Amino acid sequence: MTATADRPDPPVPEDAAASLGALPSTPTGGEVASTGGLARQLLAVFLENKLAVIGAAVIVLMVLFCFVGPIFYPVNETSTQLALLNSTQNLPPGGSNPLGTDSAGFDMLGRIMFGGQTSLEVGFAAAGIATFVGVLWGAIAGFFGGWVDALMMRFVDILLSIPLLFLVVVLAVIFHPSLSLLILVIGLTSWLVPARLIRGETLSLRVREYVQAVRVMGGTSRRIVLRHIVPNAIGTIVVNATFQVADAILLLAALGFIGLGVPAPLTDWGSMLANGVNYALDGYWWEIYPVGVAIVLVVVSFNFVGDALRDAFEVRLQRR
Amino acid sequence: MVGVTLLTFVLSHVVPGGEAHAALGPKATAVQIAQFNRVNGYDLPWWDQLYQYFRGLVTHLNLGYSYKYNQSVLSLIRERLPKTLVLVGISTVLAVLVAIPLGVLQVVRRNRPVDYALTGTSFVLYAMPPFLLGTLLILYFAVDLKWLSVEAPQASTVGGILADPRALALPVLTLAAITIAQFSRYMRSSMMEAMTEDYIRTARAKGAAESRVLFRHALRNALIPIITLLGLALPNIVGGALITETVFNYPGMGLLTTNAAINTDVPTLLGTTLVATVATVVGSFIADLLYAVVDPRVRYV
Repeated sequence: MTATADRPDPPVPEDAAASLGALPSTPTGGEVASTGGLARQLLAVFLENKLAVIGAAVIVLMVLFCFVGPIFYPVNETSTQLALLNSTQNLPPGGSNPLGTDSAGFDMLGRIMFGGQTSLEVGFAAAGIATFVGVLWGAIAGFFGGWVDALMMRFVDILLSIPLLFLVVVLAVIFHPSLSLLILVIGLTSWLVPARLIRGETLSLRVREYVQAVRVMGGTSRRIVLRHIVPNAIGTIVVNATFQVADAILLLAALGFIGLGVPAPLTDWGSMLANGVNYALDGYWWEIYPVGVAIVLVVVSFNFVGDALRDAFEVRLQRR
Repeated sequence: MVGVTLLTFVLSHVVPGGEAHAALGPKATAVQIAQFNRVNGYDLPWWDQLYQYFRGLVTHLNLGYSYKYNQSVLSLIRERLPKTLVLVGISTVLAVLVAIPLGVLQVVRRNRPVDYALTGTSFVLYAMPPFLLGTLLILYFAVDLKWLSVEAPQASTVGGILADPRALALPVLTLAAITIAQFSRYMRSSMMEAMTEDYIRTARAKGAAESRVLFRHALRNALIPIITLLGLALPNIVGGALITETVFNYPGMGLLTTNAAINTDVPTLLGTTLVATVATVVGSFIADLLYAVVDPRVRYV
């Protein structure tokens, strides 16, 4: 994604429509929030957005389903031989396989948990790396300005002009990635947008009085960037990181489709879906829809949460 | 541009085993590899190779040689690039033509069921991997209804592809749907924002008809960010084309890239990446020019 920061706002309530347009929907939270702490203010705004609460609940449930689920639903996930011994390939749902089996004889329900672990791990880890690198890069470029800024941002521009999917595919082909390398590849190709956003934010933060005050007191550049600029840009950072998780899961799915996903016996939702799609014309719907729904649910949820978080942080800015 | 070229060069040289292995196969002996490297100049120091690479690129547009296809990368791309441009061009125009009226409709009917339904649809479309969307469209329109073909047109010329609209429809529809999902949300918020501006109140106060306010005042201003977005979204659309072409077996750059990726055909892979990037940069440039046409303020800055 190229412009993740300013995704459109969620629906505005009836009464605010004509005059408010894009303003967030929190006319009632004022009195409560003024007495509470910052975290409570944010939480209050967040909880008012029902879609976001549902989204957050879906994410939590999915994480539990994928990581805790296998404890209650233990099935073989790694050995193809064992899978073929216990069941048949492409079995429709029913009996001991509630969601049927796939083309290798793996139980689909267990496989969705197992693949979901990979997808979610990659999503969170790659988003973490992208955010970390992007924040540092953008904050440093924005803080120092001048030729440092010009040089660092030209580098970002160059990389940003390469279609992301092409870049990731090239890197995946060259490095034949293991799971951890794949996380690195996705993370290290996705930091460009956060870098741009944070640079913009830093440009406005570096001239604030408190930054000048730190400088007068003899604070080092490092201290200003890490202790003052980055924490004050936290809203932008968190919101973008949320969208990054969703985008990383989709990117991994695209790689899985091309056949460059995680190496077997690991799997991820994208690879599973790509595998199911191969059998689409045979009518094996249970190999497509459950996984497809899982991906769409998780990605939509992250988008809802991201939208709500952005509104929450914008409100904080307005009240200041 | 030079930066991208440099990057693809560096990448082509970190491939384990290098070109020789790709060309001669895994069974090649050390002697054969040494000979191959000597003939192709791979034993020269890296800076000399870099110079040769740049010289070849500038003088002959030499992108290297694909040992998988036994053809130069340039001729491979020359065959396929026009087809991808057709696909991306038609889909993008279609996406813009659909997304703009949808955005207006959402603003007129904001917070009504139509608005919620469209917003919801764009969320789901955005969250759906493109290859899943393509497959679902195939299952519905080609398998169930039998209206359209499962596979993209396989003609070797652009004219041949355009002559087969039943086969071209699904790839175009898929790519357009992905793009619409991205655009319509921005279009909605962009229109919403434009509707809150002072000039809208002025226009209403003058007694302008609501349709005139919508289309002449709000829409024209809302289009400005959309054109910027179009330029920014181009890399994504090109990436979407890669997946779409693979799903429908559309004989363009995206399919070439996927096959190159599967076969570790590195020269072809780097060639398509370079060309896709150039196309993206040119596209963004055109978007910038359009920007100046739509927003006269830019011309004086």
